Amino acid sequence: MSPLDAFRIALRAIFANRLRSALTSLGLIIGVSSVIVLIAVGQGTQRGVTDQIRGLGTDLIFIESSAEATTSQTGALAGLEQSTLVQGDAAAIAADGIPGVVAVAARVAVDAQAVAGANNVGAQIVSTSSGYAEVRDLAIRSGSFITPLHDEDGALVAVLGARVADTLYEGLDPIGQEVRLSFVGGRITLGFVVIGVLEEQGGASEANDQVFVPLSGTAGRLRFLYTPAGDLRVTQIDVQTASGADEQRVKEDVTELLLLLHETPEPDFVIQSQDDLISAATEVSNTLSILLGSIAGISLLVGGIGVMNIMLVSVTERTREIGIRRAVGATAGDIVKQFVTEALTLSLFGGIVGIAIGVGTSFALDGRELGGQEMTTLIQPWSIAMAFLVAAGVGFASGSYPAYRATTVDPIAALRNE
Amino acid sequence: MIRLQDVTRVYSTGETAVHALAGVNLDIGGGEFVAIMGQSGSGKSTLMNIIGLLDRPSSGGYAFGGRDVSQLSEDARARLRGSAFGFVFQSYNLLPRMTALEQVELPLIYQGAADRKRRAAQALVRVGLKDRITHLPTELSGGEQQRVAIARSLVVNPLVLLADEPTGALDTATEHELMTLLSELVDQQGLTVVLVTHEAEVAAYARRTVRMRDGRIVEDSGAPLVAAAPDGPAR
Ligand SMILES: Nc1ncnc2c1ncn2[C@@H]1O[C@H](COP(=O)(O)OP(=O)(O)OP(=O)(O)O)[C@@H](O)[C@H]1O
Ligand SMILES: [Mg+2]
Repeated sequence: MSPLDAFRIALRAIFANRLRSALTSLGLIIGVSSVIVLIAVGQGTQRGVTDQIRGLGTDLIFIESSAEATTSQTGALAGLEQSTLVQGDAAAIAADGIPGVVAVAARVAVDAQAVAGANNVGAQIVSTSSGYAEVRDLAIRSGSFITPLHDEDGALVAVLGARVADTLYEGLDPIGQEVRLSFVGGRITLGFVVIGVLEEQGGASEANDQVFVPLSGTAGRLRFLYTPAGDLRVTQIDVQTASGADEQRVKEDVTELLLLLHETPEPDFVIQSQDDLISAATEVSNTLSILLGSIAGISLLVGGIGVMNIMLVSVTERTREIGIRRAVGATAGDIVKQFVTEALTLSLFGGIVGIAIGVGTSFALDGRELGGQEMTTLIQPWSIAMAFLVAAGVGFASGSYPAYRATTVDPIAALRNE
Repeated sequence: MIRLQDVTRVYSTGETAVHALAGVNLDIGGGEFVAIMGQSGSGKSTLMNIIGLLDRPSSGGYAFGGRDVSQLSEDARARLRGSAFGFVFQSYNLLPRMTALEQVELPLIYQGAADRKRRAAQALVRVGLKDRITHLPTELSGGEQQRVAIARSLVVNPLVLLADEPTGALDTATEHELMTLLSELVDQQGLTVVLVTHEAEVAAYARRTVRMRDGRIVEDSGAPLVAAAPDGPAR
């Protein structure tokens, strides 16, 4: 029997029981489409996180105090108060002549309320220096960023993130206007002159909701930023390396220097390159993808059991047909071929429809707002290939045993006059 | 063409063993038209199944066309069955939801034959169903369904047609038409027909009548070769 004939016979049997066939395929359709959608969502999320980390700048190494890293990253003052990183560390790294280090910028990030006229908005206040815009690839929409001059004179000037500016000034030009920043739950309020507004940053960049002020300006006025010894505490130090520099080497050198400065054998800080962050995020989202994929895989398995179940019923129902086919010359192999082809056709139908639905749903979800977050989906060709192969495998596996059962049908008994 | 030697077929159902065939010797030549008669349970259908390679003897020899077929593999038996034998049953054993033409094409599919539609249509014409080619079984009378079954068994140009009570469910007039058709096939095309029947009128169309009882042949109206055998049937 040619494969084409086997396929024709399979189609005939499938169409003879349209509803049953459709319901049988449904299990696989759901399984295959959810595998594709869940993998697309997982990979899309991964891409989003990776882009966000890349968006921080290029060739960056971040140093955070261990205390800061373990408390919530909302700029909690508690974390800041325990921070062992000081401005002097940043200066030391810059001055040490570690090969590959291009720029160093320390920053203090504190949550505050920004007020202008009747408008106010919660923002993260990043106290830093003029080098920060370059390190973080921040583009200016109007005005200027903090200049080296501001670093010197400790002026109370502010550069607004795009969303902060838009919320506070609602389209008016904020340059030269006053913005009042209220720290520590309103206990300290300082007035700043707006000198620049940032370009809207792509993706989920945090810079849109930040306000940048010179560290020198705030430092003198915010007593709580100082250690008892009189050093200025910072929350984070960014080190920019030359492109192509050995980041691992730089990390080791910086670690060695800081251990020396902090007089501690064990690091009281966390040092991570962008690549470290990306691979950590990738690992998390890969784990998530595998988890989601396995859940979807279980529904594929259930779908396969459904196919096998229906094929077994079908064999039992069709003993007479099997007997007739045997009597007109069908070999056991022909009978196996017939039932395996039927299960395979059902499964592949389910697989193809499932792929169509999965790809369609992934496209439809892309860019949609879901639970306040924008969904990114990334359809993976390998997930489609895998779903298709699994569907084929399921069809083959779930058709094989019923097909074997079909060959054990005794044609004489099947053909006996009833 | 068909030579059975001391063939037995024993069914063991639980404790007891049923000797459906208890030593059958039978020779059927090419172009013969043989009727097998006997009481219910005498082993007629069992004998037909063994001749048609649907079943294997428990012991004894079976030669078909001079070739020992008792030791053939399952697949070889299926192929020989498909090409050399045609079956017709009391219950027509057509597949539901298939047109007459598709029913008749079926054996050709398993032979991998070419030109299937034309050959199937020809077989239907041969049994007088020229105008019923696209009918489903439910749209055909009993006699017509049995003709489709005959066309299906003839389409491969078999050497032997095995008909187990083919007229059992038909009225006398239809029965006559069908038997006339079988007689013509024997006379004009040299087909060998082995027919099981309970009715003397049906058996009368055949040239030779074999009578069975309790798994043995007890009477054979004309079996020149077998009569000469040492373990002859007419005991
Ligand atoms: N699968 C089986 N298992 C056990 N016994 C069987 C089986 N098939 C047939 N028999 C027994 O073998 C004997 C012969 O059966 P067979 O069908 O050949 O009779 P028959 O002559 O064709 O009868 P009928 O005229 O009623 O069709 C019977 O006693 C029957 O009960
Ligand atoms: Mg019988």
